[in-house]
Amino acid sequence: MSVQDWLNERLRYEAAQAVLEKKTVPVHRYAVTYYTGGITLFFFVVQVLTGLLLLMYYRPTSDAAFESVRLIISKVRFGWLVRNIHVWSANAMVGAAVLHLAATFFGRAYRKPRELTWISGVLLLGITLAFAFTGYLLPWNTLAYFATKVGTEIAGDVPIIGRGLMVLLRGGEDITEATLSRFFGIHVAILPALATVLLGVHLVLVQIHGMSHPISVRVTGEERFFPEFMLRDFIVWVVLLGGLAVVATLWPWPLGEKADPLAPAPSGLRPEWYFLFMFQTLRILPAHIAGLEGEVVGVTLFALAGLVLLLVPFLDRWAQRERSHPLVSALGAAAFAFALLMTALALVKGM
Amino acid sequence: MAAKAGELPPNSGKIFAFEGKPAIVLRTPEGEVRAFTAVCTHLACTVQYRADLQHIWCACHDGHYDLHGQVLSGPPPRPLVEYKVTLKGEDVIVSRA
Repeated sequence: MSVQDWLNERLRYEAAQAVLEKKTVPVHRYAVTYYTGGITLFFFVVQVLTGLLLLMYYRPTSDAAFESVRLIISKVRFGWLVRNIHVWSANAMVGAAVLHLAATFFGRAYRKPRELTWISGVLLLGITLAFAFTGYLLPWNTLAYFATKVGTEIAGDVPIIGRGLMVLLRGGEDITEATLSRFFGIHVAILPALATVLLGVHLVLVQIHGMSHPISVRVTGEERFFPEFMLRDFIVWVVLLGGLAVVATLWPWPLGEKADPLAPAPSGLRPEWYFLFMFQTLRILPAHIAGLEGEVVGVTLFALAGLVLLLVPFLDRWAQRERSHPLVSALGAAAFAFALLMTALALVKGM
Repeated sequence: MAAKAGELPPNSGKIFAFEGKPAIVLRTPEGEVRAFTAVCTHLACTVQYRADLQHIWCACHDGHYDLHGQVLSGPPPRPLVEYKVTLKGEDVIVSRA
């Protein structure tokens, strides 16, 4: 008996291979958007691998966190590269996830029977942002300290559960070592566990239902997923890995100053680019709106927007009947335009 | 004790810990010493004294407070809570008003 037969008897991989060989990808003029999911997955894998390496040296206490990251980037062999790739890839992963969201939204890929694929995807985007938010504090520098202070304070403005949520996140009233160890636990254990389960569900659903194609687009043919599409996926990943290495080498991510709870907030303080639109919106809202505090109104509206995004497959009745209504596209475009405008305003004001 | 009088020339401020939270003691350009909580009422960033503006400022969302802790502009919804300042020789002592 050959090794191949021995393995096949136990793993039944030929059955999986048969499924893979039958899987096809539609060909049309927007087919390039099919790469966005794979790209997001690629950055996630990079995050897991570089995160594991960082974990060997990182120490989650207020006395040692900053120093341990400094050690990683200055003394540990290739530590600077691993840390820079981790930070750049985190940013790229958020970008890829947002692109993937836009592609699936405007292509109405959430329509029956892929509603649960959409919901698991939106939850994965939420987890990605939670990864970014919790990871940002870990170097324990001044920017991270105040960004976390503001971010958790915003969580405190969520109606009803806000106060409890803020104390739960911080591990108390203030940002302290309890917050750091909590964020560390969430970042390296809770979120990876949630992400693995949800990612598994998301990928299984994609396999069950296959690739969706936009309603009004003419499909000109089909190509095999294995090996044609998969090989091109790999080529994209190799190019991205090269790009990450170049960017991480040429533009190292600064570590900044160690957090000092008694220092005033530094000027020019602003969150990472993916939270800028919320930051700018909260900045321009008046102190009071209809008798309520402006920030409470803003946070409530953002929470509602998140809920609407999650429930899009059930709200878009036209897509359920295989119709692509311009109103849905217009609302989506308006939401993206608003986020872009607020981000641009924050960037201009911050300069 | 929040500061030594010598640490506070006119038109300057200093952050110190008061009951475990940041507080600010400042000397106005006219020479009067005042103290407030340094926790911005908007999103809890730590405020600072801006000598160029001659008032209190929060860098996070550009909140401005006057030298009585009242909101001048920006998103803060409430004024800063003022503390009582006692000068004892060189020592600037701050307590709840």
